[in-house]
Amino acid sequence: MAGIQVEALHAWYGRDLILKQVDLVFPGKAITAVIGPSGCGKSTLLRCLNRMHELVPGARVAGRVVLNETDIYHYGVNPVEIRRRVGMVFQNPNIFPTMTIFQNVGVGLALAGRQRYRHRQLETRVVKSLQQVGLWEEVKDRLHRTATGLSAGQLQRLCIARTLAVEPEVLLMDEPCSALDPIAAIRIEELMRELKASYTIILVTHNMQQAARVADFTAFISRGELIEYGSTPEVFLRPRDLRTERYITGTGG
Amino acid sequence: MAVKQQRQKMRRPCIDPGDGVLQGLAILSALGLLLLVFLIGLQIWRAAGPSLTRFGWSFIFSRTWDPVAGVFGALPYIYGTLITTLLGLILAAPLSLGAAIFLAELAPRPLRTVLGFLVDMLAAIPSIVYGLWGNFVLAPWLLRFLEPWLGQHFGWLPLFQGPMYGTGILAAAIILAIMISPLVTAISREVLALVPTGQREALQALGATPWEVVRVAVLPSARTGIIGAFTLGLGKALGETMAVTLVIGNRPEISWSLFAPAHTMTSVIINEFAEAITSLHVAALIHIALLLFLVTLLVNILARLLIYRMERGGKDGMMHEL
Ligand SMILES: Nc1ncnc2c1ncn2[C@@H]1O[C@H](COP(=O)(O)OP(=O)(O)O)[C@@H](O)[C@H]1O
Ligand SMILES: [Mg+2]
Repeated sequence: MAGIQVEALHAWYGRDLILKQVDLVFPGKAITAVIGPSGCGKSTLLRCLNRMHELVPGARVAGRVVLNETDIYHYGVNPVEIRRRVGMVFQNPNIFPTMTIFQNVGVGLALAGRQRYRHRQLETRVVKSLQQVGLWEEVKDRLHRTATGLSAGQLQRLCIARTLAVEPEVLLMDEPCSALDPIAAIRIEELMRELKASYTIILVTHNMQQAARVADFTAFISRGELIEYGSTPEVFLRPRDLRTERYITGTGG
Repeated sequence: MAVKQQRQKMRRPCIDPGDGVLQGLAILSALGLLLLVFLIGLQIWRAAGPSLTRFGWSFIFSRTWDPVAGVFGALPYIYGTLITTLLGLILAAPLSLGAAIFLAELAPRPLRTVLGFLVDMLAAIPSIVYGLWGNFVLAPWLLRFLEPWLGQHFGWLPLFQGPMYGTGILAAAIILAIMISPLVTAISREVLALVPTGQREALQALGATPWEVVRVAVLPSARTGIIGAFTLGLGKALGETMAVTLVIGNRPEISWSLFAPAHTMTSVIINEFAEAITSLHVAALIHIALLLFLVTLLVNILARLLIYRMERGGKDGMMHEL
């Protein structure tokens, strides 16, 4: 089962040890939710999985992260290559405001080091990605205009399409619905359920209901440590650790 | 729509009376500034009166500048100002943009701080110092090395023909480039730093190299601000006086050669104002000042228009691949 194995992962910002000894397996073709109080290191964990963490000056990682038999921190592995295989969606829909919708989706394909796409191919991929996120019908008449005027939910789906266009193996989603209204959030959840047939999805969320609704597995992190990990019903209905139970029931982390 | 209106209605009673005062003050100072510019323009216009009535439009197109005969034409000075400014800007553009990108995006942290500080210091050096350096160091060096070299390799271009003096258009352009680069670099660096982290991360997460991040995500977002920085540099170059006077050779000639001496609008004013005896000569110099004022205004308006068009145009990013 392809996915991501995390072994003895430690992460630092400067001197601050943010993640301590995290051992965890994110199964392939499933959604794993990562929950935990603010500042516990959820985003840091995600950023370790696509080697974005090291872009912050002074940030450091120790341990192993294995993606489909590649140790992504192995000497000689190109971080840029890893980031192409592990896509990331952020909390705020960070589209490129000066680009058209088409360019926004295709931008990853136009980066150097990839095979050169002929225009038809590029177009096919952009259209396919927009269809995957259910945005095609909504934007097909305005592909070559900027994304101004799209709703926050549409923008977030555009960001997901942009990520899918480069055909990653893993999709990291860092609170993708936090900036959205409930209806837009539900649409993203539906989308995640569709996408999990072909991708390994890791979802950071503050919303317990959301985790319970969409995630197959759930990991609970507190203060940089993995406290509990299991199938979602297990973690939510029969938490083994008192801290998990307190966090889930809202009686303090 | 209805909700928005309602929200505004609900908010109105809560407006602090201080808001109104502040708004009034802001409008007043903006209008005051406009009025000031207008009054300065008017004053120059009136002082230039005798020259304006005597020479009219021909002042701009005539090459004769003869205080003894009382005939004045400003074309060589206008040419000198425009050509040195243009060349200075062309030389400064890659330098400052490159430096700004390096400082804001690529340099390691500690280096950024040190180099950034140095650039800021360069921007604070008085222009007379640049002028003296240009006169005593740059011009002799140009005469001994760069100009012969250019003449030898590019002499087939009219730009690099004719006698060499060291001082001249080329020296003035280089001095201007050196003077405006720190300013343009400093502002561009700030503008680049203002581009939201989210923009960078979005592209990094797609597997972009650092240079691709700069080219595709950062520069397009920052381009309006960068053009603004260059507009400021342009204004500075147009108005620069002391340094240019010391290196341009101060001869009102129009020549294709960059080696040739020339004169600029500011340098003729500063050279002749104290010795101008006839009132027509004084008026002619002020006439030049009026033209400089108009040219500066025009250039700024053009730059504004450019920015405005880019913001509206929006979609022609730097992504030609797509
Ligand atoms: N760029 C950074 N530099 C220094 N410390 C950081 C940085 N980003 C996050 N941190 C710190 O790392 C810890 C974990 O942050 P994060 O992973 O963003 O938490 P979460 O996503 O769970 O809310 C926090 O204490 C935060 O202050
Ligand atoms: Mg976070």
